[in-house]
Amino acid sequence: MTTLDPADIQAVWLTLKLASVTTCLLLLIATPLAWWLAHSSKWYKGVVAAVVALPLVIPPTVLGFYLLLLMGPHGVVGELTTALGLGRLPFSFAGLVVGSVLFSLPFAVQPIQNAFEAIGNRPLEVAATLRANVWDRFVSVALPLARPGFLTAIILAFAHTVGEFGVVLMLGGNIPGETRVLSVSIYNHVEAMEYGPAHWLAGGMVLFSFIVLLGLYLAGSRFSRVVK
Amino acid sequence: MSDIRAHFRMQLDSFSLDASFIAPAVGVTALFGPSGSGKTTLLRCIAGLERAVGTLQVHGETWQNDTDFMPVHKRPLGYVFQEASLFPHLSVRANLEYGFKRIAPAERKVPLEQVVEWLGLSRLIERKDPALLSGGERQRVAIGRALLTSPRILLMDEPLSALDSNSKQEILPYLERLHRELNIPVLYVSHAMDEVARLADHLVLLEKGRVIASGELHETLARLDLPTAHFDDAGAVIEAAVAQQDEKYHLTRLDFGGGQLWVSKVEQPFGTTVRARVLARDVSIATQAPQGSSINNILNARIEEIRDEGPDKVVVLMKVGESQRLLARITRRSRDHLGLVAGMFVCAQVKSVALMN
Repeated sequence: MTTLDPADIQAVWLTLKLASVTTCLLLLIATPLAWWLAHSSKWYKGVVAAVVALPLVIPPTVLGFYLLLLMGPHGVVGELTTALGLGRLPFSFAGLVVGSVLFSLPFAVQPIQNAFEAIGNRPLEVAATLRANVWDRFVSVALPLARPGFLTAIILAFAHTVGEFGVVLMLGGNIPGETRVLSVSIYNHVEAMEYGPAHWLAGGMVLFSFIVLLGLYLAGSRFSRVVK
Repeated sequence: MSDIRAHFRMQLDSFSLDASFIAPAVGVTALFGPSGSGKTTLLRCIAGLERAVGTLQVHGETWQNDTDFMPVHKRPLGYVFQEASLFPHLSVRANLEYGFKRIAPAERKVPLEQVVEWLGLSRLIERKDPALLSGGERQRVAIGRALLTSPRILLMDEPLSALDSNSKQEILPYLERLHRELNIPVLYVSHAMDEVARLADHLVLLEKGRVIASGELHETLARLDLPTAHFDDAGAVIEAAVAQQDEKYHLTRLDFGGGQLWVSKVEQPFGTTVRARVLARDVSIATQAPQGSSINNILNARIEEIRDEGPDKVVVLMKVGESQRLLARITRRSRDHLGLVAGMFVCAQVKSVALMN
């Protein structure tokens, strides 16, 4: 029986690190974005919502391709990062993070936005009449009431990043310890006809996904009871 | 000036508000009107929840004018919404303390124990989940939560309309108690005349976003030019004192400026002021003191005004005593047969008196 070699273990850790960093960044970006989408009445709100949802429909390779061009030596972002002394992002862990954040953005924004919309204005108005300022209302009322939405967003963003393949391959390639994540390792093993480790990794991912989704539904039913 | 002066203008697609009124610094002012008349919008403008063009002064302090707009959370007000809107993620106690904690300790003029006592919350305060409270209980907690911010004005937006009639009856005594014990003005939005007659001292009448009348409750209800005198449940409000108990027939005599009324026994000590409502449809008119009538309450009155109401009815406004007004709804035929005209002295026969508390 073939087991995992150290390179596979490294890929697992790298994947978890990428998913964690991506999820944290996504929470920071998606929360204000979701708040704005839930409360704004600007005409261009629909445009922003469509752009946020774009990664749901375009193939990951397409997203990866454009990011590669943008972040490459002749791309706008690439020139900027070079000028700032950060080097170039493609084929680096940072580049993967950028790609993953964009790719998983809708999975983080939409549950949070739905949660904010479900709260409605009334609890915030009540809090305002009880002397809470804007920030206070957000922290003491909106965040706790939107907790199920945040939980869904965290799980979806994390799981989606773990399972990502196309963007990573286009943007990061296959550098061990830097950009070779789980899905790329599986691809490598299969290409080399090493079905043993491929099974271990693939089976592990199926199990991981199942546990994540089970947790999501259990948490979801618990929270929906609480909210009623 | 220690009162509330408001003027707001707002133009929406289907609705325009252009309302101004002055409400006294004490007592309950009812913002009364049919649905769609803009009373809730007006209340929301006063709270700052809605942004209209206009000016607002409360107790001489400017909350809004052409250049300044005080944000909601800086206005020393309490707001009770139609639905209790308790925070579902907080316990009953945490709900009550939400606003209390957010004002400076020196500003906390209303202690928690006082509010718990006023609103009968002692059994509810330790409950964890506000969703398990009944509708009336939730609304009492919401009122307590608003009062605990020690507001300088209390705004109530139809606080009873989302409740069933049992919960309403349960909560009304608490509102009356607040009416007696609070020394802050209350603006009370309602479309229910019985609530207004029971709780209000002052009436602001709204129609299609305009204030059509504003004044002291008794006087405004007695104005025949206003729609309120022509509602099915139009009537006069009389404040009277408990004067005599008749144990034998289980009746109580109430005295007021215009005479006396016998009503079903009121379990209140001598001298207590009670509020009674005499509906126009329960008053009939005789030109001479009737003989052998079963009606207990016959008041000497002087007709002030008669106004047609529909093809067959008229409403008669009468003065009883120095200042008390009374309305009667009779047929046009009776008016003509009796030859009723303004200035005549008549006997008003009161068939029933509704005690409001």
